[in-house]
Amino acid sequence: MSDLALDAPARDAPTRITTAARAGRPPLARFGAALLPWALPLGVLVLWQAAASLGFLSSRVLPAPSAVALAFWQALKDGSLVTNVLVSTRRALIGLAIGGGVGFALGILNGIWRPAETALDSTLQMLRNVPHLAIIPLVILWFGIDEEAKIFLVAIGVAFPIYLNTFHGIRTVDRGLVEMARVYGLSAAALFWRIVLPGALPSILVGLRYALGIMWLTLIVAETISATSGIGYMTMNAREFLQTDVVVLGVIAYALLGKLADSLTRAIEHRTLAWHPAYRTGTAGLAA
Amino acid sequence: MSAARQEFGDGIIWIADEPEVTLPPPAALPSGGATIALNGVEKAFGERPVLRRLDLDIPAGQFLAVVGRSGGGKTTLMRLIAGLDAPTAGRVAVGGETVEGLQRNVRLLFQDARLVPWQRVLGNVGIARGPDWRHRATIALRDVGLADRGREWPFVLSGGQKQRVALARALVSAPSVLLLDEPFGALDALTRIEMHQLTERIWREHGFTVVLITHDVAEAVALADRVVVLRQGEIALDLDIDLPRPRREAGDAAASALQARILAAV
Repeated sequence: MSDLALDAPARDAPTRITTAARAGRPPLARFGAALLPWALPLGVLVLWQAAASLGFLSSRVLPAPSAVALAFWQALKDGSLVTNVLVSTRRALIGLAIGGGVGFALGILNGIWRPAETALDSTLQMLRNVPHLAIIPLVILWFGIDEEAKIFLVAIGVAFPIYLNTFHGIRTVDRGLVEMARVYGLSAAALFWRIVLPGALPSILVGLRYALGIMWLTLIVAETISATSGIGYMTMNAREFLQTDVVVLGVIAYALLGKLADSLTRAIEHRTLAWHPAYRTGTAGLAA
Repeated sequence: MSAARQEFGDGIIWIADEPEVTLPPPAALPSGGATIALNGVEKAFGERPVLRRLDLDIPAGQFLAVVGRSGGGKTTLMRLIAGLDAPTAGRVAVGGETVEGLQRNVRLLFQDARLVPWQRVLGNVGIARGPDWRHRATIALRDVGLADRGREWPFVLSGGQKQRVALARALVSAPSVLLLDEPFGALDALTRIEMHQLTERIWREHGFTVVLITHDVAEAVALADRVVVLRQGEIALDLDIDLPRPRREAGDAAASALQARILAAV
């Protein structure tokens, strides 16, 4: 190990040190450290279950965790959970693809071409400041309660964070690098693909993470107002029958989907930003 | 001179005594110098003149150092030769041809190395790509003593190594003019001496014309064939440095006398 560590290139050093430090601690302490972040949620869960079982907490206010688990099992068995999650995820992803694509394209266009910025940016800034959920009545009038309404709202919601961060990322690319690229004879296309886009990528990915949060939020609201399927519909339907356990289940499903989306973006960041000291494997703790 | 200095390197032997033996023949990355001529060159930013009717002829293959205070027009002069800026009046010519726009045969080393952080070292050296770029970049990296660092990300390199990568990047295209804009200013003293030796060796092998911008008079005397002092946009002194090479960085009486003359003109 020590011989290997000496021969290894410098970039592997931080990883090795971290691993060695972890390995050096007694196993019990390591187990405890891994458990510590879960202590609070687990404690709350135990208290919650106890309060519900002892009758302090009415199931009309909040169902017991065991009741939620049961609801989960039943929804899984009759297939409604899977169907609704898939329906919601599909809406979310289509909306993200459309809105994110438009935001990205506009961000690139306005970032690299000033006339476009002059013509479009102030309009976009005005639109950005309209809360997109405020146009739900209009959207329902336009699209009814069909798929288009939900997808449209998600697309509007995600377009702006992606636009803003793409534009900002392109504008803040190191001017020195751009000048260097010109002196070293890079063509306009090479300048874009090799310097400008990679330089803007960290900012674009921040925009993507932000957009994912808005994506779920918009979908929840849209589905609770007008839908015949999806997680939001599932929870609103359950409310009619006072099934608080299903409502809580829906909330948990949203939380897990949001977390999953965030983890995916973080994985993309680690893959594409390997050159960035903040995203090194050895310093992942700092980045996270 | 090299016995003591070998310890400064990071295990890579490139000291002036023996380089020609271990390195690929210069023909691997062909080169040669071009003349630079400035005739009545003026440059003003708004009302403020930076260069006033400058005349300067630099023969092919010469190592010229331009010394002066900050704001004396050094960097402006260099940007004109590189084609990054156009003169307000007068003519700048490289290799007999008037400079209009960026020059393919002129390469520039910046004060900061300006490596692209998201390209590995080899990708940085071959940043302009083109046919056979990996091979050419590998040769250039070997030329600057970093043959085994091609797979690294730039941020793991030290300041001196980054400038060496930047030098390799300039060498890849076999330039006939190399412009150095205080590239050693931010380095520590020992690394700077290493970089001086490396630059001098590469210049001797490739034979390109060098214009070194610096405010370090000792650096100018240690490296250059000729020193020009630029003061308020005019040439205040034009001095040939007839010291034998390789030169010592300090303690040479003749060099000290030349430094004193230059300092008096700055």
